[in-house]
Amino acid sequence: MSNTDTDTGVSRPDEDERTAERLSSAPAESDGPAGIGAFGWLRWTWRQLTSMRVALILLFLLSLAAVPGSLIPQNGQNAFKVQAWKAAHTTVAPVYQKLQLFDVYSSVWFSAIYILLFVSLAGCIVPRTWQFVGVLRAHPPAAPRNLTRMPVYAAWRTDADARTVNAAAHRLLRRRRFRANLADGSVASEKGYLREVGNLLFHLSLFALLAGFAWASLASGQGGKLVIEGQGYSNTMTQLDDFKGTAFYGSEDLDSFGFKLDNFTSRFQTSGDQVGSAREFTAHIRYWKGSDDSKLTKGDIEVNHPLEIGDSKVFLIGHGYAPVVTVKNAKGEVVYSGPTAFLPQDANLTSTGVIKVSDYGFSEKDDKKVKMAFQGFFLPTAPANFDMSTGPRSLFPGDADPLLVLNAYVGPAGDSGLPENVYQLDSRGMTQLTQDGQIAKVKLKPGQGWTLPDNYGTVTFDGYKQWASFNVSHRPGNAIALTGAVCAILGLIGSLFVQRRRVWVRAVALPDGTTLVELAGLARSESAKIAEELAELAVDLQDDAPALDEPDPDEPALDEPERDEPGTDAAEAEAGPAPDATPDPAVPADPHSKE
Amino acid sequence: MHLASAVDPSLADLSNKLIYSAMAVYLFGMFAYMFEWTFGSKGAVAVRSSEQSSLAETVAAAAAGKPAKAAKKVTVTVAAAGGGTTTLTRTALAGEGATVVTSGRGEGEEADGPGAAGGSEKADLAGRIAISLTVLGALLHAGGVIARGLSVTRWPWGNMYEFSCAFALTMVLAFLALLAAKKQARWLGLPVMVAGLLTLGVATTVLYTDSEQLVPALHSYWLAIHVSTAIICGGAFYAAFITTALYLGKDSYDKRIAAGLTTGPLRTSASVWQRLPAASTLDKLSYRINALVFPLWTFTIIAGAIWAEAAWGKYWEWDPKETWSFITWVAYACYLHARATAGWKGRKAAYLALAAFACWLFNYYGVNIFVTGKHSYAGV
Repeated sequence: MSNTDTDTGVSRPDEDERTAERLSSAPAESDGPAGIGAFGWLRWTWRQLTSMRVALILLFLLSLAAVPGSLIPQNGQNAFKVQAWKAAHTTVAPVYQKLQLFDVYSSVWFSAIYILLFVSLAGCIVPRTWQFVGVLRAHPPAAPRNLTRMPVYAAWRTDADARTVNAAAHRLLRRRRFRANLADGSVASEKGYLREVGNLLFHLSLFALLAGFAWASLASGQGGKLVIEGQGYSNTMTQLDDFKGTAFYGSEDLDSFGFKLDNFTSRFQTSGDQVGSAREFTAHIRYWKGSDDSKLTKGDIEVNHPLEIGDSKVFLIGHGYAPVVTVKNAKGEVVYSGPTAFLPQDANLTSTGVIKVSDYGFSEKDDKKVKMAFQGFFLPTAPANFDMSTGPRSLFPGDADPLLVLNAYVGPAGDSGLPENVYQLDSRGMTQLTQDGQIAKVKLKPGQGWTLPDNYGTVTFDGYKQWASFNVSHRPGNAIALTGAVCAILGLIGSLFVQRRRVWVRAVALPDGTTLVELAGLARSESAKIAEELAELAVDLQDDAPALDEPDPDEPALDEPERDEPGTDAAEAEAGPAPDATPDPAVPADPHSKE
Repeated sequence: MHLASAVDPSLADLSNKLIYSAMAVYLFGMFAYMFEWTFGSKGAVAVRSSEQSSLAETVAAAAAGKPAKAAKKVTVTVAAAGGGTTTLTRTALAGEGATVVTSGRGEGEEADGPGAAGGSEKADLAGRIAISLTVLGALLHAGGVIARGLSVTRWPWGNMYEFSCAFALTMVLAFLALLAAKKQARWLGLPVMVAGLLTLGVATTVLYTDSEQLVPALHSYWLAIHVSTAIICGGAFYAAFITTALYLGKDSYDKRIAAGLTTGPLRTSASVWQRLPAASTLDKLSYRINALVFPLWTFTIIAGAIWAEAAWGKYWEWDPKETWSFITWVAYACYLHARATAGWKGRKAAYLALAAFACWLFNYYGVNIFVTGKHSYAGV
């Protein structure tokens, strides 16, 4: 599962030269089970699973499996949308439900793919890490007997002593930060270990990312809270509107803090084709930590700037309006007074809500204990005129011309015992007030009042406040995931941009008293500049081993019996590395390369 | 309630005019590149590039001027993929430390084509005019992007229109940078112009929005980091896509020639393919661009996740944009792995690269237009 390969490690000087030629150690992929019986099959399955081919297929499957989640609504993101989608597609919805297409990213099949992928990754990366440790502890693989077989090769003859040349080459390679080893009349060296380090780091950091994900999904929790300007909130279960905990983070683990929302600033685009677009949302708050709510600190919460308290973060996620209404009963007693949050229905913040007056008292008409409720619309910018049948629609999200539209319900007092949604009216058992045979309805501007029909008292629209909704979130594991992510990038840079290569130098005394200096290089990468590097090394080495004049300056010394002439048929047959070695010889350095 | 202001309408208007002017200039540039390709068809012979011959001349001059003994000369034999060999000679003049590299080619190596102009002077002139027009267009284009940013004093990539303009600009600038670095990249001129014009055309017609302030969700310094790197990645992926597509074309052409046919794929003229760089060069180039950009793309996704954590409270929520960024990432990862695996090199890997780019393209246009997610700003 990587784009470089490690070699199998230990190399003794007299070992098969194949070891030296192998920069690759990807396990040989067998076509069938190696042994007989269950163990053989198991081993074969494991080999298959940890092979590059299967890892690639799994990776491809993972991206394919992620697609449906982006096209079908997901419960994790918007459960409401899922309901709407199910209602609209009644025939396929049950099938989709069975296939877990509404929870793709936590589905059995998606999990199976990434778990298999990570198992495959572990089965590949862990042994390779050990191999790599072995490589680091051993000497670079000794020079192959026949250096001409290497992808890049240079040679010349010199007067200098063979030993001196080898020692000079050893020094030179060391100076150029190769790991070099001088033994048996040749120098073996290798450089670019950071490529494999980066490669291993990248793949290991994926596990860190996964661990961060897992930790977050096991030990995080979040709750939502809507706060009206002037009101406060303390972080306890009873005050939260909703709470979603996990195995290791329940309602009793909530951090102890609280805050008061002093006021809320919203700003909108007033002209152009983006009219009504939000430009600023800021919640101005004062918060406290622990149980002492007397020491308040001022703070702002904006969309990209959550408030961090302890291990929790408070995010601003929504806002709206809360009309302030005073209801008096027939006797003139105030039975309800205060702001009520209305929920936005569209981008221009046409808001709906219900004002529930549960302590109305006794009805004038029949002296029975009743409750009242007002259902209505709040329009921050109301049109001059609107038809009640099409429904009121706000023109702009800012409060340029606010209007409250109300109608009233009356019913017998008492609680049904069932939990009630504060934003919705359960009108069962209640009757809507009428006036002159029509449903009683009123449009109120701030400061205006309404005398209810049938002597039910009065309602005044005193004004309005803004509210903000917050998400209180506790998510551990972010640091682990971030560390993993940073390591992944560093690893990627190492594994993609560092070239790993081997260089061998061998100086041999020839019968005629001169010395033959041979240099060969091997690299396995897409943009190997090994030829140029070898040329530079050779030029530097000529300080210690000056070249003798050759009959043909373009051809290196050619009188070695076992060497083949480059460019001839023999070289063509043998120029490439052995078939089981690196599958591709180093690409030639190319002056056109766009590096 | 406060009213949003701080938009300079004259600068915003100037920006629009500059973008339209840039498009007009690019259009003429595109025609000039077409002339270059058309005129160049007569002189098309696969020869050693001018770069190579000039290097050879330099070496010859250096060798002629100095006594032979003062020079250290090394010839490196390189085994080529086809089984042949190439040599690379490095000459160092003693005492001066200067080294000159020259490379000769053996029979095993395919030669790069001479470029769009072939050997024709008329075509070369057309090509030079085309490059001048590209530079002029890029200046106007850059002016447009900068004016757009100045008109609202923020980074000019707050919506798809602005993103597209910036993204087309990076593409053109990357091409000009290659030319400035004396790389043989003039053959990229025509595809870059077509891609740039397409991007700008879609931007001005479908995606246009007036220059305005940003929605609160974009009030973050991560806009400068996350979106800038996304723009750079987009430009680079586009360039790699063009190169990959040309590689596939050139590779089929080579196969057709080997099979005794005389035209390129889809009966295209052989002279066009002859003038392009060798298939292996194109293949290598597209790999390099993709490999270079992949860590940056990884960074873009991670920067986006950090921003998401600050804005929405969770760094990864499988929002459609996140999902498709992930799919794109996995697709490019597949491609990079495939390149390292025997049996998947060449055409198969190239198809993977094309698929990965298709994912990127869908992530950019498709997700914003057809899928609703959290990455919708200013209408789209």
